[in-house]
Amino acid sequence: MDFKIVVAGTSLGGLKAITALLSALPENFSLPLVVIQHREYASGELLKGLLQKVTCLPVQEVEDKDAILPGRIYLAPPDYHLLIDRGEFALSIDDPVTFARPSVDVAFDSAAASYGQGVLAVILTGAGRDGAAGAASIEAFGGVVLVQDPSSAEAKSMPQAAIAATKAAHVLPLAEIISFLHQNCCLGGQPQHV
Amino acid sequence: MITGQTAAESEMLEIRCLLNYIFETSGYDLRNYAYASLRQRLKAAAFSARAGSIAEFHQIIRGDGKALQQLLSSIATGVTGLFRDPDFYAAVRKKVVPILRTYPSIDIWHAGCATGEEVYSMAILLKEEGLYDKCRLYATDMNESMLQKAHSGVFSSSLLQHYNDNYQKSGGKETLSLYFRRREQECCFSESLKKRIVFGQHNLVTDSSFKEFQLIACRNVMIYFNKQLQERVFRLLHESLCSFGVLGLGRGETLKFSKIEEFYEPLDARQKLYRRLT
Repeated sequence: MDFKIVVAGTSLGGLKAITALLSALPENFSLPLVVIQHREYASGELLKGLLQKVTCLPVQEVEDKDAILPGRIYLAPPDYHLLIDRGEFALSIDDPVTFARPSVDVAFDSAAASYGQGVLAVILTGAGRDGAAGAASIEAFGGVVLVQDPSSAEAKSMPQAAIAATKAAHVLPLAEIISFLHQNCCLGGQPQHV
Repeated sequence: MITGQTAAESEMLEIRCLLNYIFETSGYDLRNYAYASLRQRLKAAAFSARAGSIAEFHQIIRGDGKALQQLLSSIATGVTGLFRDPDFYAAVRKKVVPILRTYPSIDIWHAGCATGEEVYSMAILLKEEGLYDKCRLYATDMNESMLQKAHSGVFSSSLLQHYNDNYQKSGGKETLSLYFRRREQECCFSESLKKRIVFGQHNLVTDSSFKEFQLIACRNVMIYFNKQLQERVFRLLHESLCSFGVLGLGRGETLKFSKIEEFYEPLDARQKLYRRLT
């Protein structure tokens, strides 16, 4: 597997899972990691501050046209859709999709169209079904989807919807998602064939 | 079997082909729009036209002029609201109003005003700061039907609660109901709020500068353009702003990729308010 980008989606309650994921990433994590979390407009830069405390990789809230660079954590800003546009980000204020803006579906689908087989997508705990259509899109364009095992997720509906919408998603507990990232997205890691 | 990469490439070719067709038949040049968001809008339009692919959608459009018009207005549609991003208006009150007070008369441009909610928000703010009567607000958009809606000043009563919240958070000094008349399901902004707003058609992609302004707001318009087209528009806004004038962008937008950045200092970095230096 030769991934170029990791995209991770979760809903409002996903902070714990995201924090666990980021805090487990090593310094030699060598891909861009894009986090799409549903959140309030008023959350401001709070999320960025919280997440920067748990990782040595630089965390930033995306601005329009920011370049997508390896070894960085990118956060979707509140009340915008975040799109991946071949090497850079694009924002939109189009209507919410599946009640969400940022929508995981929109971000995943744009990642698929930009990076095809190079996309590794992660669906974490979450309510609703945002991310399911996006995960299907990633599969259709040749990427790989990991879904947090619903039995270990705080909110099950997002992972369940993603599992139902995909054909070959890997359903894994969070710890195994983390070791997958270690093995496939770090310099010097041992590629794991799936 | 088609692999993912070639699927993405063939979709891109289909989109390019469609954009060329749109340009040749309608004169609307979407080729320098940001690819990812334009693709998403095209896919949504194709889906509602029940086309299975962009190529199929292209065939539908070729046979049906109405479908093309529908597509164009769906692409021109901006989503906006009264006091969208309340913190922006709070920052305008605190940091831009004192600058505006120093001018004997004030010209303001809302570039890409869509259905006008932001220009009405600005008008309300200026009234409450006692500046309205020496201001003239120019609200422009490329889309005629949106301008008509903007000019009518009508919005749905169902939005009132949300708008009231935004208004309060933005530092509103009165009650919002002071500025409109309610007729059951609809609200209409009062004439006294509209009287100094001028609505006009202007296309940022093809038209040039038409006046010099003390304040220009161009919010969440350029996110839909690619960098090359953004640079053209930044240049146009720069040429239209007086020395020491203020430029306001959307919260997710930035001057940092533009050559004009060197002529500006941030007035409020988070709220994307910039002041022209020379």
